[in-house]
Amino acid sequence: MLIPCPHCGSRPVEEFTFLGDAAPTRPETLEDPGWHAYVYERGNPRGAFDEFAHHSGGCRAWLVVSRDTKTHEVFGAVIARNYARKKKL
Amino acid sequence: MKYSVFSLLKNSLSGHKNWTPAWRTPEPKKQYDIIIVGGGGHGLATAYYLAKEHGLKNIAVLEKNYIGSGNVGRNTTIIRSNYMLLGNNPFYEWSMKLWENLEQDFNFNAMVSQRGVLNLCHTDAQRDAFARRGNAMRIDGVDAELLDAHAVREMYPFFDYDNARFPIKGGLLQRRGGTVRHDAVAWGYARGADLRGVDILQGCELTGIKTESGRVVSVQTNKGEIKCGKLALCAAGHSSEVAAMAGLKLPIESHVLQAFVSEGLKPYIDGVVTFGAGHFYVSQSDKGGLVFGGDIDGYNSYAQRGNLPMVEHVIEAGVAMIPSLSRVRALRSWGGVMDMSMDGSPIIDKTSVHGLYLNAGWCYGGFKATPASGWCYAHLIAKDEPHKFATAYRLDRFRTGHMLDEKGQGATPNLH
Repeated sequence: MLIPCPHCGSRPVEEFTFLGDAAPTRPETLEDPGWHAYVYERGNPRGAFDEFAHHSGGCRAWLVVSRDTKTHEVFGAVIARNYARKKKL
Repeated sequence: MKYSVFSLLKNSLSGHKNWTPAWRTPEPKKQYDIIIVGGGGHGLATAYYLAKEHGLKNIAVLEKNYIGSGNVGRNTTIIRSNYMLLGNNPFYEWSMKLWENLEQDFNFNAMVSQRGVLNLCHTDAQRDAFARRGNAMRIDGVDAELLDAHAVREMYPFFDYDNARFPIKGGLLQRRGGTVRHDAVAWGYARGADLRGVDILQGCELTGIKTESGRVVSVQTNKGEIKCGKLALCAAGHSSEVAAMAGLKLPIESHVLQAFVSEGLKPYIDGVVTFGAGHFYVSQSDKGGLVFGGDIDGYNSYAQRGNLPMVEHVIEAGVAMIPSLSRVRALRSWGGVMDMSMDGSPIIDKTSVHGLYLNAGWCYGGFKATPASGWCYAHLIAKDEPHKFATAYRLDRFRTGHMLDEKGQGATPNLH
């Protein structure tokens, strides 16, 4: 798998550390009953998937990579902060 | 037909032309009391013990492909019961005891070989941790021996003992651990279940689950709708998908784990050995190939194949432990889809849907658990209460804070 890092260009998968699903939204307050789902429950889709990836062997930026979990096809990667902003809108 | 030396002699006289298939190929009935989704080791073992230990009839196992096409035919065949936590060890030790009698029990040669599982340690701290785990094992009645470097060298003189970075200081040995012919486990359980009336429906894929007022009533498949009293999910890496058909979201991610086999060699490694400085484990098959593996690739995947960087990583770890491996040619590599749970431990439990049961989250340690998983799942399905060895494997443990985290990694499935 080659991942198109917005800073570094196309880079091999071994430069990245994966954190997993970017879909769960972190609750705003401590009392929110959504914490359990945020920490533990995952959609785990077979197909299109957005995931957090740290370019730990490169620019060290946090990215969100869009990928197909069935075929390993990579659709693109954006900076995680921009992804979060877009999700909020 | 019971397999024995007499049946072998009888069939050899007729040129081995009269052997009958080991299991039937039935058409689905309209209704079953219990439907098990997934014809892997765990699903077939569950069907076998439901029929044999609980005397239940009218059971079907749905398998979308052919039995043994998933992880039961893809693992590195290792069995062991060297866990530490109280919720785990009695369960895995029960599994080991079932392995020890399995072939006599289901009348099939599964080539159970208790050749010993040795974990190597490379630092004083790691040795202390092994001593602690070994003591925990012995308290639970499991065999464990702490070896020093000299004793390990007696067993395997060709390891890299004086490596500057990772010298081998000793190891934790479980002599009763070993390997089992993995396909034969699926076949043996399938045959045993079939003989007791279980319908094994190959090429029958689950496409939907129908519920009425919170209770499972039927399943949709590519071979039509089948009514069921109880529905038992046992779909390993595809658990999230089948559970979603009933509206459940699981604490599971699917990841790819690769495994490898080398060209055939003369007898070389007679036990199972794991490297403590990296993730690498190796044994030698009866055909002579070295069977080895390492870590999961680290990203979510349903692809049943991995990427080359992990191939390189695993082989580097292997060569660091056994320098002479650098001369061996790898023959094949393959991948399987692992149901990685949030604490690295499995789930055998009822769900919020009445009549729907879940067996999932085995991470990459499911093979050794096959007999006990089937045994405890069958108990749960038949009696509607958890088996005493599987009381810790609850689905709600993440909510109640009773995680079973052997490695202490927290909710990070790709690190377990």
